[in-house]
Amino acid sequence: MNRAPRTVYLDHAATTSMVPAAVDAMSAHLHEVGNASSLHASGRRARRVVEEARESIGAALGARPGEVVFTSGGTEADNLALKGAYWSRRAADPRRVRILSTGIEHHAILDPLEWLERRERAVVELLPVERDGRLSLTALRTALETHADEIALISVMWANNEVGTVQPIAEVVALAAEHGVPVHTDAVQAVGAVPVDFAGVGVDALSLTGHKLGGPYGVGALIARRELELTALLHGGGQERDVRSGTVDVPAIAGFAAAVELAVKEQSTYAARVGTLRDELIRGVLEVVPDAVLNGARPGPERLPGNAHFSFPGCEGDSLLMLLDAQGIECSTGSACSAGVPQPSHVLLAMGRSEAEARSSLRFSLGHGSTSDDVAALLAALGPCVERARAAGSR
Amino acid sequence: MRVIAAMSGGVDSAVAAARAVEAGHDVTGIHLALSRNPASYRSGARGCCTIEDSNDARRAADIIGIPFYVWDLSERFHEDVVEDFKAEYAAGRTPNPCLRCNEKIKFEAVLDRALALGFDAVVTGHYAEVRPAADGDGVELHRAQDGAKDQSYVLGVLTQDQLRHALFPLADTPKPLVREEAARRGLLVADKPDSHDICFVADGDSAGWLREKMPDIVGTAPGAIVDESGAVVGSHEGTLGMTIGQRRGLRLGVPAADGKPRFVLDIEPVSGVVTVGPREHLAVDRITGIKPRWCGTVPTRLEGAGVTVQLRAHGDEHRAVVVVGGDGSEVAIELLDPAYGIAPGQAAVIYDGTRVVGSATIAATGREQGAR
Repeated sequence: MNRAPRTVYLDHAATTSMVPAAVDAMSAHLHEVGNASSLHASGRRARRVVEEARESIGAALGARPGEVVFTSGGTEADNLALKGAYWSRRAADPRRVRILSTGIEHHAILDPLEWLERRERAVVELLPVERDGRLSLTALRTALETHADEIALISVMWANNEVGTVQPIAEVVALAAEHGVPVHTDAVQAVGAVPVDFAGVGVDALSLTGHKLGGPYGVGALIARRELELTALLHGGGQERDVRSGTVDVPAIAGFAAAVELAVKEQSTYAARVGTLRDELIRGVLEVVPDAVLNGARPGPERLPGNAHFSFPGCEGDSLLMLLDAQGIECSTGSACSAGVPQPSHVLLAMGRSEAEARSSLRFSLGHGSTSDDVAALLAALGPCVERARAAGSR
Repeated sequence: MRVIAAMSGGVDSAVAAARAVEAGHDVTGIHLALSRNPASYRSGARGCCTIEDSNDARRAADIIGIPFYVWDLSERFHEDVVEDFKAEYAAGRTPNPCLRCNEKIKFEAVLDRALALGFDAVVTGHYAEVRPAADGDGVELHRAQDGAKDQSYVLGVLTQDQLRHALFPLADTPKPLVREEAARRGLLVADKPDSHDICFVADGDSAGWLREKMPDIVGTAPGAIVDESGAVVGSHEGTLGMTIGQRRGLRLGVPAADGKPRFVLDIEPVSGVVTVGPREHLAVDRITGIKPRWCGTVPTRLEGAGVTVQLRAHGDEHRAVVVVGGDGSEVAIELLDPAYGIAPGQAAVIYDGTRVVGSATIAATGREQGAR
């Protein structure tokens, strides 16, 4: 077998490697005993690590420490926000059964919404987005004005994981505030990539996760204002503010906090460096494949700095991914797999693309560690791969 | 060669892929997603096409050390195999979707895509042998030595062009040895049960599946069971699911004059009339085949000691004389040993010795005394 000698990792939006500071912080605690709920000295030491992590994450993201609820990651944070807030808001006023969201959310939002609709009488309204993936604020305003009293919650992602479009969260919050409706945002892709200030933007709840920003897998947080009542999903010891039970993972939380702190501190230099690389990638791809179409917002503040997402007319994204993989270049079709079966991206469909356009797309995502050589390697391999995939796609 | 190994998640295709690697090929494993929603098709341990099967295939690829992808062939499969299966039944015929799948999916859709992507061949875990042609030109398809596992029948639809790009590394290894080899290689599917029946029919009940998918399909109306004189001897709840040669479950009200068991001789799906009679009358020795597919050169007439025809998967070999009609679109088969319970729609695969010559779809059957 002649496998490519070097791996070019262009899938940082799926997950990115841990930064050394996070590895150090995490491994420092792996040898230590102590349940953060225990009352003795070891327990207190563990608790101190957790609370310091909570404070540093709060400080980095403009939240009070008490607003940080540790979870097992982004999916749990999203589930807690949606179900927890829906149940509490509906319990307070039975008319509140509506949830407003968008058609381009991650499955960690869409699937709980569908579940709430099916099992909990929720009425979910997925608001339309523009062709570049930006939420239509007009549609949001109309939805709010039509049903304000019935709306339990609005959930709009901070930045899209597939096409990288950054959403107008501040405007969403302003509109929602006129009607007193709480706003949740899935900021899993945003933290560390664009400026995120919880109190500054004024959302009521925000999800983030460790492994997308240089921290470990399996740990994340829901930052939730105290005023937002949440019904618990996991019952037990009540470790996290009584809305999330389960012994807290001290080493993972330490690694997570170190990663968040670093990512936020370096956000602007990161965004500048990675954004320049990304622009180089986009220019290069359009040169090599002139009819490729860049999806999502124009490079700038409305697009994640590491994201480049293209449709390659006439290609199956799956074929292209496989051919690039064989050259050691790792990217993503961006779409979720349903039971292992590739599906056309719901994000692109929501953005008004055809099924064929959706199936022809590929996401390249850069992150810390990405270099000009990575971009050059992609550009060198892409032309022949696209040609091949086209030949296969026309069959 | 750069080859694609089609991995179902079963033991045969896993060992085939491993052998292809060992033979020095650059192997990429793929699992075919044949339904957008795998749960809608077969579930349970026996079949293929489930999420578990996809995971089993993935784990086998991990252990063998090859890249692995899922290819979505659901649309092609639905159009070319599932819809065809329904249409054939709706027309009162009994199709074999496995042949259709080999013809249209594994060695057409998958092979075409593989070739376009720069691969040279498709590897599967079928028990059959491709060897260089005796006359030195092209390849020949032969039965596996292990008659019990031989799958040349379901490959009888492949053309020379398809066969040239097919690798069957199991060839004629007996199944128990394949399982042993899988265990030795650390493949977790070593003791996975064989798949049976039709992969997209969840519980093996084709008639039930067809009724559900096509409530208006012909053959769901109750009708009369008559004997060869036309006298009504019973009734049925619909011809769908009844097969020629069937004896059980007829619940005939009027016993036969000679007291011998009676079998379904003929099914008329449109009128719903089912004819029964003695076993001797099931015998068929004339077959008209249409839509022939040839593995190599198109023959005009085949006869002699080694010429045989097989009429169903794992069915008997019948000595035969085969004459190909003038324009090549029709095949007249004379069976030297009669066959019993043959239904239109089944495939007749023609052999010369162990070599597969080609195949045809059975359009009509008859006896020397007259066509039925």
